[in-house]
Amino acid sequence: MANAALTGYRRADGRVGIRNHVVVLAVDDLSNAAVEGIARLVPGLLPIPHAYGRLQFGEDLELTFRTLIGTGANPNVAAAVVVGIEPAWTDRVADGIEKTGKPVVRLSIERHGDLDTIAEGARQGAKLLQDASEIHRVPVERHEVMMSIKCGESDTTSGLGACPTTSEAVDRTVAANGTVLFGETTELTGGEHLIAARCVDDDVRAKFQGFFDDYMATVVAAGVDLLGSQPTQGNIRGGLTTIEEKAMGNIAKTGSVPVVDALAPACAPTRPGLNFMDTSSAAAECVTLMAAAGAVIHLFPTGQGNIIGHPIEPVIKITANPLTASTMAEHIDLDVSGLLRQDYNLTEAGDRLMDLVDRTINGRLTAAESIGHREFVITKLYRSA
Amino acid sequence: MGDELGFLAHEPGDAVAVAVRDVEPGTAALAVLGADGRREIAVAEPIPLGHKVALVDLAEGAEVVEYGQPIGVTRKAIAAGEHVHVHNLRSTKWQTQR
Repeated sequence: MANAALTGYRRADGRVGIRNHVVVLAVDDLSNAAVEGIARLVPGLLPIPHAYGRLQFGEDLELTFRTLIGTGANPNVAAAVVVGIEPAWTDRVADGIEKTGKPVVRLSIERHGDLDTIAEGARQGAKLLQDASEIHRVPVERHEVMMSIKCGESDTTSGLGACPTTSEAVDRTVAANGTVLFGETTELTGGEHLIAARCVDDDVRAKFQGFFDDYMATVVAAGVDLLGSQPTQGNIRGGLTTIEEKAMGNIAKTGSVPVVDALAPACAPTRPGLNFMDTSSAAAECVTLMAAAGAVIHLFPTGQGNIIGHPIEPVIKITANPLTASTMAEHIDLDVSGLLRQDYNLTEAGDRLMDLVDRTINGRLTAAESIGHREFVITKLYRSA
Repeated sequence: MGDELGFLAHEPGDAVAVAVRDVEPGTAALAVLGADGRREIAVAEPIPLGHKVALVDLAEGAEVVEYGQPIGVTRKAIAAGEHVHVHNLRSTKWQTQR
C-alpha cells in the first residue's frame, strides 16, 4: 500500500504529536473542581482531573509525578495549565512539562481560593488556546509517531483477528524505524518465556524478567488468587479459558519483531522498535502510562467490547467479534470480523488498519474521541501516607 | 449452513479450534489460520461463537495445545467434537484455580 502523506504537530523539543490539545491538568484530587471550573468557562480547554496526588511518597509519588509530567509533555499537548493545591508540587509538575519548551501556566489554590484560581486559569488558558490555534500541521514521518498497543475485554476472536491485525501494524511501524510500546505484565503469564526469547540481549531479557517476577511476587505476597480475576468474567463469557490462553492472544498483537528494551512505568523509550513497559493490565491505567511515556496513537484490540478512550492519546479500537461490532458500533473503529469468515486475509486486514491509523494521525477522530471517552487513571503502587 | 466456516485453528497441530459463529451439533467446516483448505469435523454439542471445540480425544490431565503452545491441562477426558472450556480445562499456573 502506498504511504499516505502524514501530518502532525512538531513541538519545540522535536517530538511529533497528532493532536493539538491545551490541557488543564490537576496536580492533585483537591484541584479537580478548579480544573473543571476553568474548562467550563473556556470550553476549548481539555480538563484532566484524577483521584490522587496527596500524601503519596517514595516510588509511588515518583510514578505519579512521572505520569503527570509525561502527560503534559506528550506532543499531543500544545500547552498546559497546571493547577495544584500548593505551589511546591505544582512547580515540580509545571517545571517538568516546561522542559519540553511548550507554554505552561501554573496556578496554586492556597492563598487564592478556587474562584480566583478559576478566573485566572480561564484568562490565561484562553490565551494559550488562541496561540495553539495558530500551530499548523506539517509533514511528518511514520517513525516520528510513537504508537502504543494494549488489548482489553479479550475473547478468542481477539487472538484470531483483532490482535493479529494489530500485529501487522506493529511490524509495519517498526519496519519504518518507528517506536511501539506494549505492556500488561500479568497478562503475559504463561507466555512470558516467548517475550523473554524475543528480547534483543541478555540485559533487556534480565530487565523484562525482573519486572515480571516482581509482579508475580506482589500477587503472591498479597495472598490472593489472581485467577479469581484472570481471565475476567468477560473473557470467560467470550470463550477464553485460562490465563495461558489469554497470554497467547495478548502476545499475538505484538508483531514478529524483537523486544528492544524493557521500561519502568511511564518512562520514555530511547530505542526505536518494540519496547516492553511494566504496566497493569487494566486498560485505563495502562494507556495512561503509555501516553505519559510519549505515545501519541494507541491501537486497542477488543473482543467483548472494552470502551476505553484517553484524554490526549487517541485510542483506535479493533474487533473481530461480529456481535461486538454490531451491538457496540459506536465504540468500534475497525471491524475485522471478516477474518473469521475468511472474507479477506491478514495482510488485507493490516492494510485496512494502517489506512485508519494514517487517517487518525491526520486528524480523523476515533470513536472514543467522538463520544467523549477520556479515561485518565494514575497507577497507584501502594497506600498513601 | 452450507460451506460457511465453523471453526478456525491457530496452528496445524492444535488440539482445539475456535468457533467463528454459533455452531450446532453435526458437521462443520474447519480451517487453519493463514492456510488454504478446509476439512469437516463432527461436532458433539453446541459451541457458542468464540468458544473452543476439541479436535482430538484428550485424556484426563492431558496438556492442551492452542497457538502451538500449552494453554492448560484437562480436568477430565474430553472427546473430539466436545466443548472445551472452564468445566474441563484448567490453567497450570496457580494450582488453586477451581
